[in-house]
Amino acid sequence: MSSRLPQPWGSRIDRGATLAFKFEGRRVAGFEGDTIASALVANGQKVLSRSFKYHRPRGVLSMAGEDANTLVQLGPEPNVRADMRLAADGMVVSAQNVTGSLARDLAAPMDRLGRFLPVGFYYRSFFKPGSRAWLKLWEPIIRKSAGLGKVSFDPPAADYRKTSLHCDLVVVGAGAAGLCAALAAADAGIDVLLVDQNPDLGGALNYARFDIEGKAAADALRDLAARVQSHPKIRLLLAATCNGWYADNYLPVLQGDTLHKVRAAELILATGSQEQPLVFRNNDLPGIMYSSAAQRLMRLYAVRPGERAVVFAGGLDGYRVALDLDDAGIEVAALVEPADEAPDAGYLAAVSGRGIEVIKGARIAEAHGKMAVTAIDLRLASGEIRRIDCDLLVTAAGYTPGYQLALQAGAKLGHEDETGHFTLTNVPPHVHLAGSVAGHFDLADVRRSGATAGRAAARALGADVAQETESAPHPSRHANYRSDASPHPKGRDFIDFDEDLQAKDIWNAVKDGYRELELVKRFSTVGMGPSQGRHSALGTARIVAAATGRSVAQIGITTSRPPFGPEKLGLLAGPAHHPFRLTALHEDLVAAGAKMMPVGAWWRPAYFGARESAAAAIEAEVRAVREGVAVLDVSTLGKIALRGPDAGLFLDRFYTMLHSNQPVGRVRYCLALNEMGSVIDDGVAYRVSEEHFHVSTTTGMAPRIFADMSWWNAQWQMDVDIQNVTGAFAGLNVSGPLARKALAALDGDIDVSPEAFGFLDGRSGTLAGVPVHAMRIGFTGEISYELHVPYSKARALWQALMEAAAPLGIRPYGLEASRILRLEKGHIIIGQDTDAMTTPEELSMGWALSKKKNFHLGRTANRKRGEQPMTRKLCGFQLDGRPGAELGEGALVFKDGRPVGFVSSIAWSPTLAKTIGLAYAHPDDAAPGATIAIRRFDGRNLEAPVVSPHFYDPENERQTL
Amino acid sequence: MPLSLLKYGLRRDYVPHGDIPPTPDLKKSYDVVIVGGGGHGLAAAYYLSHVHGITDVAILEKGYLAGGNTARNTTTVRSNYMTEQSVAFYKEGVSLFETMSHDLGFNVMFSQRGQLTLAHSDATMRSFRLRAEMGKHMGTRIEVVDAKAVQEICPHVNMDFGGQHEVLGGLWHEDGGTARHDAVAWGYAKRAAEKGVEIHQRTEVQGFRKSGDRVTHVITDRGEIAAGQVLQAVGGLNGQVAELAGFRLPIRSFPLQAMVTQPLKPFLDVLLSSANMHTYLVQSSRGEVVIGGGSDPYQLVSTRSTFDQKEALAAGAVHLVPFLHNVKLLRQWAGITDMTPDYSPIMGESPLRNYWLDCGWGTWGFKATPVAGKRMAETIATGRVPEILKPFALSRFEHFALVNEMGATAASH
Repeated sequence: MSSRLPQPWGSRIDRGATLAFKFEGRRVAGFEGDTIASALVANGQKVLSRSFKYHRPRGVLSMAGEDANTLVQLGPEPNVRADMRLAADGMVVSAQNVTGSLARDLAAPMDRLGRFLPVGFYYRSFFKPGSRAWLKLWEPIIRKSAGLGKVSFDPPAADYRKTSLHCDLVVVGAGAAGLCAALAAADAGIDVLLVDQNPDLGGALNYARFDIEGKAAADALRDLAARVQSHPKIRLLLAATCNGWYADNYLPVLQGDTLHKVRAAELILATGSQEQPLVFRNNDLPGIMYSSAAQRLMRLYAVRPGERAVVFAGGLDGYRVALDLDDAGIEVAALVEPADEAPDAGYLAAVSGRGIEVIKGARIAEAHGKMAVTAIDLRLASGEIRRIDCDLLVTAAGYTPGYQLALQAGAKLGHEDETGHFTLTNVPPHVHLAGSVAGHFDLADVRRSGATAGRAAARALGADVAQETESAPHPSRHANYRSDASPHPKGRDFIDFDEDLQAKDIWNAVKDGYRELELVKRFSTVGMGPSQGRHSALGTARIVAAATGRSVAQIGITTSRPPFGPEKLGLLAGPAHHPFRLTALHEDLVAAGAKMMPVGAWWRPAYFGARESAAAAIEAEVRAVREGVAVLDVSTLGKIALRGPDAGLFLDRFYTMLHSNQPVGRVRYCLALNEMGSVIDDGVAYRVSEEHFHVSTTTGMAPRIFADMSWWNAQWQMDVDIQNVTGAFAGLNVSGPLARKALAALDGDIDVSPEAFGFLDGRSGTLAGVPVHAMRIGFTGEISYELHVPYSKARALWQALMEAAAPLGIRPYGLEASRILRLEKGHIIIGQDTDAMTTPEELSMGWALSKKKNFHLGRTANRKRGEQPMTRKLCGFQLDGRPGAELGEGALVFKDGRPVGFVSSIAWSPTLAKTIGLAYAHPDDAAPGATIAIRRFDGRNLEAPVVSPHFYDPENERQTL
Repeated sequence: MPLSLLKYGLRRDYVPHGDIPPTPDLKKSYDVVIVGGGGHGLAAAYYLSHVHGITDVAILEKGYLAGGNTARNTTTVRSNYMTEQSVAFYKEGVSLFETMSHDLGFNVMFSQRGQLTLAHSDATMRSFRLRAEMGKHMGTRIEVVDAKAVQEICPHVNMDFGGQHEVLGGLWHEDGGTARHDAVAWGYAKRAAEKGVEIHQRTEVQGFRKSGDRVTHVITDRGEIAAGQVLQAVGGLNGQVAELAGFRLPIRSFPLQAMVTQPLKPFLDVLLSSANMHTYLVQSSRGEVVIGGGSDPYQLVSTRSTFDQKEALAAGAVHLVPFLHNVKLLRQWAGITDMTPDYSPIMGESPLRNYWLDCGWGTWGFKATPVAGKRMAETIATGRVPEILKPFALSRFEHFALVNEMGATAASH
């Protein structure tokens, strides 16, 4: 690669390490350290992509990831910034937005059709003929032509990581300002994290020129980098992008496939500035680039940006880049100075001294070329046009500050009309600006402002640093060039390269009535592309200001929102963790043949047995409970311990029943209402001792009930401690006519005789040597003991029980059988048989509302709702035969042709040999003896007789035995 | 190429359309003052001026036109709700969207590509069944589909994550779609303005003057104006504006966040959402994938983004469509949602006699833009609340006659 510049050009590349990749099928050679774009330009590939709308050829503009020109498809990854992504051996790169080939794009005639596509054209067309023309005809065409990269449906998995970092001070940007800031703070004893998106320290010191001799940058970099690298208080995160600012200096920093989440006490933003494009006809031709882009290509990658250059010097940097080009041996045909006089006599002399023609008072009228620039037309001060042949036009038209993070943090954007610069004010506390983002451009100013910010941050962190006043910037030497805001009559003067928007498009959007910047953006899509206004915001603001007769400051820019740069969804999502919970008995259940099913985060046994014979297995489990004894793992139920003198009073307020007068050793039903008076949960409360209640909740509501209790306890300030012990306790429910015998078979100090341990009693003691809270409660309607035992002891109890009660035929049962058993008994499941509006009265559970107290949550609402006529009621119904596929939960219940309710539960009852169900029906229809009209899923109506919802043992004789 | 574009192209100069007239001076009085220049207010103005002949209307917008929730929502249009009242109302909304481009002569890009909501649990399947049955009864296109059909409708869906979040089935709503939110607002604005409706941008309402139970004047930062009738339609600020009018609303405000990826070639046709994952995805005409989910968990009046929510939404999106891990996010934003206790809006009467409410739109207001505008205009013009709006009266909260849509709203909007 002889075309590369000799050393010391090319600070980032390792000439000893070559690589090769494919671009559009063609082999491209490069060096380690090259970006995809630098290697392509080095290989003479000026066209990198086609533009979004007009399919115009596009090449390097910023070399800093600030335009969509360099977006390429990298294997399965779309929209990769070729000027930022390092090239790697064996990469397969293709151009985006190309129909046919990059060189001969079949859609290139779009460029000629541009006049038929005025701004916002799609709002005024494409909806005829017929009402579905957009959907069926036009949208598919537009969708296909829109979009940039192609998403791969089968990308290789990536190993995304997330870490958390904490530090006193984060400095974003390791240019001259950031380096000085980090050093000043670190010297004051502060822990500093220095973050930069580039792989090297120094920012613009690596490529920009700050003096006529061309030595200042290298000297400063050598000195600062050495000190920073050896400083024990400074940590470096390079090739890492601080990609947003969130409240309290919460900063996501992206580094490869790692996401560092950083919380900083103080933050210094030394984010530099973004060079801006010059607006003129055909300003998008490949070969036309920012001065900083040309400098980056040469200094960082030793790449010659062209062979014969014209430099547009809208500021001092034009002279500097001209010197750089001349240093690199690139012919500079002319330097165009738009002003009548050069801003600096020294630079003028230096440039002229190199034999470069300086043309004053001229501006660029238009560029020529098909696939790349071949010549430019200058409009001279005399008004004449002068054509100059060139293959490179370097523009130095000014800068906008790297304002994104500062604005996200709450700073305000202003505009200095005198210099044409955006400015940042109202910087919030704990955030500091340094360097060119704060308007400092001379190297000495930049360094001073960095050090000042570093010391200010150190002082804010308590370091003993004297107060100092910040020095004001001296930007007048660095005023932005302002071109005429009016559009070129023949167009192609691009404001937004991503979105293919020309000056006239912005003017016309304003003329159409979109006079506010946000509306201009939304109507024209300016700034909505991948570079998010980086190169279009200033140009747009100038046009909107001119078109509406307001100042640029009044127009500003649209809201700056995170992220700063593109970030992969996978990186945000992080490693694919799918947390789940297993109960203490999981292994025993699986060993017993359980088919597990997910229930929220938990895995629970659905049934025990082979999948093919599931129905028979479930019926066998039901039968075991009805005729013998079986055990259900109820460990997933929420368990909450309330301790303290006010525990009972607290429950009185939280639940509907009275608990303060509940005797020790008794278990009472708990019903929870929300403030709308709707049923949200149920469970039981076992009074273990005077000041200790052991409360259960449903599986799904455990976190919510605990959170609500904690919240209310904070409000009510009662003398009670509330502890979520869901994970600490496992639970077994032993149920069936032989349940008592099963428990009696265990050693222990709990007397399970009916006299000593009646229905709704609770006992604490030991069974099989395991401490246990035992409660005589259940869902099945049979004699049931619910045993809550420490998680670590659950398997011991399980194994002892299975062994001791084996002669009784004890066996486990699963959720499917449990759902049938509870339905046979008419127990509701919260969330299935209730919805967000269900009242206790609709469930015929008015009995659960204590009349002996004045308050519980939801009581006021409950009373008010009680004043209105009831519109529905949960009732039982039954049908002969099995329900079939056309009848199920969710089927509507009608009265007089209008839906009044729905089937909430339905199942075949093996015990009763009938289909039984619960349904919301009109209250008039809800009493046994009536019928309800159910609409099956196939639309057929069905009359079902209403019966008591307590289908099995309505007198409760069995469970109380 | 459509003829209309040929006409533009062959003209020498650009002929401006003047879609939105510049803000005029305020007059002393108006028959109707609409507080809030978002989609709903503009739609109401359109129907007042075009259907009811009421053109002496001022729309007061404190920021730029349609810059609140109209600009921030993720443009879902659907009618697959839970209750009879809601389905009837939103169904009318969908049908108005179907003809909107033609009615307005402005392409709002209504794209009825269908909405597929996934169920990862039995409970969700049960609620889908109920919604499908209600929708069928009300004559909308909706059905419960099994896992196999889910794959056919949207082949990119990840059906199984180790069983924990297995897709059991879905709710397929063919009527569902999206529209270009800004275009809806601009179309209404353009046509309302043509009839003489005045649109006042950057005009903030600061208070009201009242006489008894009537509002007489609206106080703005550009002066005071007399008003015959007032419509409040202020997106995420209804609590504050009602307070200026002297009453309270049962509304709590929560931020709602969304985000969008870089544009990609089309791969996702349907609107895809998952209640269990609290995530939904839709690919816009531009090719961007819009990703949204549930509201933030804490009450707040702020449009600042949070990183946590972005992580959660990204995790949900990558869960549902794993190859998205390689796709890059472009922008994240937030709106303020005015949530009511029953996840249904408040429309109709206020405690003041000539002051009408169109608020409490939570996370689901965009789809109702045309129907709310049409029916609120009818209400204002006739002084009577039409039947279709009656279930949504403010007074329902006094006696808990709620229109519960919590389950049908959570993460689908």
